[in-house]
Amino acid sequence: MNERNDLLVALAGQQNAGKSTLFNMLTGARQHVANYPGVTVDKKYGQYSDAEGVVRTVDLPGTYSLTSFSLEERVARDFLIQERPDVTINVVDGSNLHRSLHLTLQILEMELPVVLALNMMDVAEGRGLEIDQAALSTRLGLPVVRTVGRKGEGRAPLRTAIRALAAADKPQTTEFPVTYGPLEPDLVALTQAIQTTPELTGMPARWLALKLLECDAQAATWVRERLEPAQAEPLLEQAAALSATFERNNGLDVSDHLVSCRERAVANLLDGVTTDPESGRPTLTDRIDRVLLNRLAAPAFLVLTVFLIYQIAIVWGYELTNYTWPILAKTRELIAGVLPEAGFLVDPYTRSMGLWLVDSANTLLNYVPIFLILFALIAMLEDSGYMARIAFILDKVLHRFGLHGQSTLPLILGGVFAGGCAVPGVMATKGIPDNRARMATILTVPFMNCLAKVPLYTLLLGIFFVEDKSLMMFYISTMTIVFALLVSKLLTKTVLRGEETSPFVMELPTYHLPTVSGVLRRAFERTWIYIKKVGTIVVAVAVVVFTLLQFPGIPEDRMAEFEQRGEAAVVAFERAMAGNAYQRLATAEHIGPLVNYYNDYKRAKLNASGAEGSRAVAARFERRNPEYYPLVSRPRGDKDARRANRHLRDLSSERKSIRREMKEARITSSLLGMIGRSMEPVTQFAGFDWKINVALLSSFAARESSVATLGVLFQQDEDQNASLEERMGAETKAGGATALLGTAIILFFALYPPCLATTVMIKVQTGSYKWMIFSIVFPTLLGLGVASAVYSIGLATGASGVAMMSWTYFSALTLLLILGFLGGRSGRNLRSTSVDSTETGEVRA
Amino acid sequence: MPKSPERPARTLNDIRPGRRARIRRHLARGAVRQRLMDLGLMPNVEVILVRSAPLGDPIELKLEATSLTLRRREASTIEIFDDE
Repeated sequence: MNERNDLLVALAGQQNAGKSTLFNMLTGARQHVANYPGVTVDKKYGQYSDAEGVVRTVDLPGTYSLTSFSLEERVARDFLIQERPDVTINVVDGSNLHRSLHLTLQILEMELPVVLALNMMDVAEGRGLEIDQAALSTRLGLPVVRTVGRKGEGRAPLRTAIRALAAADKPQTTEFPVTYGPLEPDLVALTQAIQTTPELTGMPARWLALKLLECDAQAATWVRERLEPAQAEPLLEQAAALSATFERNNGLDVSDHLVSCRERAVANLLDGVTTDPESGRPTLTDRIDRVLLNRLAAPAFLVLTVFLIYQIAIVWGYELTNYTWPILAKTRELIAGVLPEAGFLVDPYTRSMGLWLVDSANTLLNYVPIFLILFALIAMLEDSGYMARIAFILDKVLHRFGLHGQSTLPLILGGVFAGGCAVPGVMATKGIPDNRARMATILTVPFMNCLAKVPLYTLLLGIFFVEDKSLMMFYISTMTIVFALLVSKLLTKTVLRGEETSPFVMELPTYHLPTVSGVLRRAFERTWIYIKKVGTIVVAVAVVVFTLLQFPGIPEDRMAEFEQRGEAAVVAFERAMAGNAYQRLATAEHIGPLVNYYNDYKRAKLNASGAEGSRAVAARFERRNPEYYPLVSRPRGDKDARRANRHLRDLSSERKSIRREMKEARITSSLLGMIGRSMEPVTQFAGFDWKINVALLSSFAARESSVATLGVLFQQDEDQNASLEERMGAETKAGGATALLGTAIILFFALYPPCLATTVMIKVQTGSYKWMIFSIVFPTLLGLGVASAVYSIGLATGASGVAMMSWTYFSALTLLLILGFLGGRSGRNLRSTSVDSTETGEVRA
Repeated sequence: MPKSPERPARTLNDIRPGRRARIRRHLARGAVRQRLMDLGLMPNVEVILVRSAPLGDPIELKLEATSLTLRRREASTIEIFDDE
């Protein structure tokens, strides 16, 4: 025996058996998530060490069976066959042993060493269910361990059992637990044929024979991969012939026969092993569902749940950001202090770019508290079992528009009402088994109100819709789902027509109280993915947008003009300071730092809270430069200092206005400005001028940029102290803009393509650049079409912005109701004649 | 017993909430059939139709220790015995 004895362990089990909780209990915090090669199924692995060495543990996807019909099952099966783990832990729900053992028997047929983890035994025992563990262990021929993953019970026995099984080098069972009656002779013949083929050694022969008799597509592929065609084809033909003969003689599908044999085996195994005195009596879950799923009460509970999520995560979460924002602001100040100092007119690139990046990252990190709360609440919904009920309640509505009951979670994460993020939303579509509905969900989640859309809405409402704010807000927060359903219906009927669909067949799990650690783990995991994915992309794109805004830069003649004005301001300052006691500071080497000092001081004073904070700022600046300090503190009686302070203020404000004009000149002549202008011929129909185009373009990088860019374009002027609302309002209104333009922008923004981070996630989830590009082009055209139509019609009829918004909203709603009604009629027709159902069944074959 | 060919067989879609039924056979094939069987809907198994969703579809079934939900479209591919 070698010193270190490392093991590979796989966890296999059915859905809702508490497999992930048990995995967490077994491995602790050291976990990683990767993808299985070529597919989007998560591969979760972790490890722990014991006295003998490291135990690498893989959490296989939850599967009810191990056929080749679903992706998860293929992935789990592939892993077990290819990697041959030293030990496989089969996690079963102790209170649902009968169904669970079907999978156990299939794993045993793969000739793997198995430990049976009887999980959720607390629930089973609570119901009075008794399981004779020793008898079960003897009959199955494998170690059985009692566990309660949620309470951390059974970790040590499980680890011991893994080691004990790994040390025993003989195969566990010689006798196979299931015999297949009339199929046995064929099975034995085929097994022998496989055993005598050297290229197939290492494959569990009887299992492979079963799969070939079942006409399993993947098993045939394996055989073809390993054997020469001259060898493979006769074997496959033999299997097909045996299978066909069996079906003819017995009038029964091979796979149906296998299932019923396994069912008989399970019944025999459990006979006398379990006693369930309360069988048939309503469980706690039944009683809860009687209330929560009551026909009349269910919608009310659903609305209440959604409202609570909104209130806690979005409203209270937003309040929480008031406390976290100062931390981010302070970080910015620290970084600003480290970067090279600002120039008088032109800043060093490292400074402007560094601050640009920090600002981009900060707007994003500001949402972290909201996401933590949101993701924790959603994890609670999932773990409790209510999420599956939501799918049950809403499936009919969603299905009618091409979505799926399980689209609910992605839509909530994306922000159905106000606030969410499409990145985790698109990510959560992974669980939807119906491919067409999944694609439709991926493409409609970006229409939800993501958190970053909210600032632009707020801005536009403040400018154009002061009186109708609440009505407009109602339209904005409810139209998203209306649009999403319409778009989903449209896509399902057109581009997604050919996608594969599968039925809605789902387990409603037993209710559980979510555990704190489970909820926190999921909340942190998802938030971290948001930070990582969104963060890297947004920062990368911020660099691109920065470059597009900086280059080619201000034209030379205008630059010369600005420099002249700057010099004039400095000369004026020097002249004014002549004869002042502080004249020695009015020299070329001091003026730049002095103005920066002055501005820093003013900003620090503004941000300081209370008299104490104010004193602290004063002390800090006195320490930083005692020589400059009197000019900003204006000590009593020092007339010269007060005069110098006034001149400094004039100089600073002149510098600010020059810099502002430079910024505008730079954007106007920048690449992004040129692109924005070149789009005017098209966007003019929606009323967008180049400035709005630039803002909308930059919002593709990250939504929150739109407001920031507008802020720059509509000339931030600190001294005037006018808000962006007022400035933009004054300027656009001067240019003849009306609330109609506001409506056009809002509609365009609601339908606008997903941000870059989301499109990258769409690429990951759909596995194709084609869909990623589609997700950008389609909403752009749709948004532009709707905005142009609304703007042009409004202009022609003289309707107000609010009126046009109401028209659009109610037209969309009417269309939605008509489509819903039509879908409902055809659905009823299909159901009323059950002769149809025979055909439905055959069509799927 | 085999039914007269002119009368269509009853399916899980035809029973009312609260009623029991015993499964006769599946009309679905392939993945759907496998899924239904994996979840425990095997021939001769007895199920109760617990309720339908507020909008009438999907429906909830209970069998032994499992609660399942499936759309009426799939329910109408599961034939039941007439004896209950």
